[in-house]
Amino acid sequence: MAISVRNLTKVYGDQKAIDDISFDVKTAEILGFLGPNGAGKTTTMKILTCYMPPTSGTVEIDGLNIFDHSIEVRRKIGYLPEMNPLYPEMNVLDYLEYSAQLHGMERNTIPKRIKEMVHVCGLEDVRHKDIGELSKGYRQRVGLAQALIHEPEVLILDEPTSGLDPNQIVEIRNLIKQLGRAKTFILSTHILSEVQATCDRVLIINEGKIVADGSPEQLQQEFQGAETVTIEVKSDATNPLEQISPKLRSLASVTSVELLSQKDSAARFQLHMEKGADVREAAFRLAVAEGWVVLELSRKTTSLEEVFHKLTMS
Amino acid sequence: MKALPNILPIYRRELRSYFNSPVAYVVIIVFLAIVGWFFTSTLFLANVASMATVFEVVPWIFLGFVPAITMRLLAEEKKSGTIELLTTKPIRDVEIVLGKFFAAWTLLAASLAPTLIYLLTIIPLGDIDLGPVFAGYLGLLLMGGVYIGIGLFASGLTENQIVAFITTLLVVLALFLVDKMLIFMPEMFATTLEFLSVDHHFSSIARGVIDSRDILYFASLLGFSLLLATISLERRKW
Repeated sequence: MAISVRNLTKVYGDQKAIDDISFDVKTAEILGFLGPNGAGKTTTMKILTCYMPPTSGTVEIDGLNIFDHSIEVRRKIGYLPEMNPLYPEMNVLDYLEYSAQLHGMERNTIPKRIKEMVHVCGLEDVRHKDIGELSKGYRQRVGLAQALIHEPEVLILDEPTSGLDPNQIVEIRNLIKQLGRAKTFILSTHILSEVQATCDRVLIINEGKIVADGSPEQLQQEFQGAETVTIEVKSDATNPLEQISPKLRSLASVTSVELLSQKDSAARFQLHMEKGADVREAAFRLAVAEGWVVLELSRKTTSLEEVFHKLTMS
Repeated sequence: MKALPNILPIYRRELRSYFNSPVAYVVIIVFLAIVGWFFTSTLFLANVASMATVFEVVPWIFLGFVPAITMRLLAEEKKSGTIELLTTKPIRDVEIVLGKFFAAWTLLAASLAPTLIYLLTIIPLGDIDLGPVFAGYLGLLLMGGVYIGIGLFASGLTENQIVAFITTLLVVLALFLVDKMLIFMPEMFATTLEFLSVDHHFSSIARGVIDSRDILYFASLLGFSLLLATISLERRKW
């Protein structure tokens, strides 16, 4: 179930929540929306789910325009809104039945499907409880079960793991991954490790614009700045600080050397290199040749955190 | 009716949420206590076996009763955010409004139903003309229906149930009282205002005359208020 978004703009008052964004999602792809709070993730999702129309632009889901075929499109979508709103006075089974009925499911298929969802989402122990009594983790699972009940082909989840503890986060992620083989997912988050762990593709949104688009690995490569190597060596009378630094600088493809710290007799240097280079081997051989005592030697690559930070802080 | 399958789940959920909480019981008990007090005092003190007091008192009680049962219908869903779940399901906004309307109307009818016991107790006592009595009940249902429509609209305008309550109360009060101060009006306004009054049309039905003008009045007011309620839901799209 492919989704295509073209030139979507949403203006609230005089503020542009999203500004002319276009992207495509392929069938069975897990797309992560990443961005700081207020970047336009939720607005985009609200438009995709037909909750509100954009100011301009079009969205097609499976070739159907979401305004002309709103009801048909909504049938194909499972949606977990931000904050996961639920009816606290309903019990879990009643609520799932209600959701199934609202999706127009066949009466006789509903009980079996509810049983399935209760099992898949791990709700057996709480199925007769009122939703208001449930812990946040269980509520989130109820929200997911509700979104999945009618076997939608597209799932739109707005911050599905917010407020969960680390174990629950892993469970929800695994559930998404497991389901993601057959369904098209769009999920938003501002937790970067989540994107890395679950998504095939990432869209980074900032101030209503798409600032990056690619797989987590691609983004890391694309936005890789100069890599750095940190080396910590013992400096003593035979190897004074002033001698170590220029020797490191003379290594091939090192662009600059920075003294990070100096504690007791250990000195830490950071070597900045040309893009794609790795001087660890050369540094090691140099140290051996000079008879330096190496305490640490490590390379640091750009993390997705830094990519995100770089793209959204400017 | 093609839309019915989608109205039903909403209707059932709404009705269940009335009866699963103390709200429905409290409201019905208060309602019956007031009607019962007026009914028995005319029966025993004035020695009159008549349903007339019921039809005099209930329209006044409805002024507070209906806002109380409609205030949460949409406002609560807006406040908790469940409206977003509801409106992204494959159902139309008008179906949401109708489902909720019929649920509140059912509660209203369920509150009225026990007053039929009064009727049963007085039938052996006197010569009761059943025609006006049933016309009176029809009038009460129509009047209540219009109030519910207005209450639903007010509830759709706000997230705050108290605001919804007060707005509904003011509007239905205005519709109810509009013909009560006609003496101060020039005659040409008076007839118009009289026609606008809910109570004027209700009294006309409660006399036992089911006039198409009165039915049309209630039907059009109900249709209009439900349309406004639907628009209040669609307002998110503006």
